[in-house]
Amino acid sequence: MTAYILCFILFLAGLYGVITRRNLIKIAISLSVMEFSMFLLFALIGYTDGGVAPIVDPTGPAKVYVDPLPQALVLTAIVIGLATTAMLMATIIRLYRKYGTFDIREIKNLKG
Amino acid sequence: METAICIIAGLMITGALYAIHAKDLLSAVIACGIVGYGLVICFLLLKAPDLAIVQIVVETITLIIMVAVVLDSSREEHFVKPDRKGYMSMAAAVVMTAVLLYFFILSVAMLDPFGSGSLRMASQYINGAVELTGSVNLVTGVVFDFRGYDTLGEATVLVTAVLGVITILRIKGRR
Amino acid sequence: MKGMTIIVKKTTRLISGLVFLYGIYIITHGHLTPGGGFAGGVIIAGSFILLILAFGSDFPGLAREEAGSTLYENLAILIVVFLAVSGLLAAGRIFFLNWIPKGTPGELVSAGIIPLYNIFVGIEVAASVLTIFLALVIFKEELAE
Repeated sequence: MTAYILCFILFLAGLYGVITRRNLIKIAISLSVMEFSMFLLFALIGYTDGGVAPIVDPTGPAKVYVDPLPQALVLTAIVIGLATTAMLMATIIRLYRKYGTFDIREIKNLKG
Repeated sequence: METAICIIAGLMITGALYAIHAKDLLSAVIACGIVGYGLVICFLLLKAPDLAIVQIVVETITLIIMVAVVLDSSREEHFVKPDRKGYMSMAAAVVMTAVLLYFFILSVAMLDPFGSGSLRMASQYINGAVELTGSVNLVTGVVFDFRGYDTLGEATVLVTAVLGVITILRIKGRR
Repeated sequence: MKGMTIIVKKTTRLISGLVFLYGIYIITHGHLTPGGGFAGGVIIAGSFILLILAFGSDFPGLAREEAGSTLYENLAILIVVFLAVSGLLAAGRIFFLNWIPKGTPGELVSAGIIPLYNIFVGIEVAASVLTIFLALVIFKEELAE
């Protein structure tokens, strides 16, 4: 159970970064950290003690396999995380070219 | 096994906290890489080689894009001493994280202990999967055969994100 | 964006072909060993990104290359949808049906329609990641002049 709690503490560290930081790059990094912690939580739930990786040997004896369903969900989620981060970075570089700063309070104060 | 994962998770938390408080933006991006590559080691310990391969290459591509954005600018974070509104928001964030952590501990105490493998759908997906899908790799069989809709949705999300990136980064119109 | 020194250029010329071949191996053996379409696609994109980073970017050639990669990406996702619809037209009338006969498990040619899915999803993911990177490089070059 300690592993689950440490995983959630990583999520809370990312959430703290999103709330209190003013720099856009720090916000993007914290969002990425929150996603990674959830991947770890899913992979932890599907683990069985003494299990092997889910590649079946068709001629050998039957073994205990680790659950493949959470791994399939995390596989989809990793690629979607890449797409989200890439789009966020494109927005950030466009904002920097227009306003010259990464700070969200200064961008909010400027008009047009 | 659980102690090894707890040690690596502790390293990841340290890296994340350093990335949030670093002054130089390039150091913060590299500290984000600590979290990503520590996750690869955790996946290998949890017997998930598919996920380890995907995570290591995706993390490398993400770091390349982030460094390309950061190197283009002045690489400092302007540190201003927080005023009253800043202190209040920090205190509110700490209180909210403590409340969330308390409720999470309450709900996780009802789960089975780590590594006992008592998910009900696991046996349905493992028994007879080799005859039904024909593939020896169970994760590929689940991703492309049992749950093909999720893969189609993911490919659509990737195409939409690429369209969004091209639209945002276009300066001159097409002739 | 200037290129790098001559040592990096010579090494990249040797290695990028091997990385591309490794990506193709991971895609086509997706139903036998860990890997599959997504991992192999990102590895193939990585080999192209390595070439662009090492040799610098001359601007007019890259705009043409971005048009080419967008074309590949859209064609590949269309073919994935057609493969899924072909399960409706073949026997069974189920979307995403695995209707090609499955051979003996463990061979390279087995598992029905899953290797075809792996190949086209791999092409689509590689083209997507390459298009994202090329859009960023072209944006920087357009502002530099």
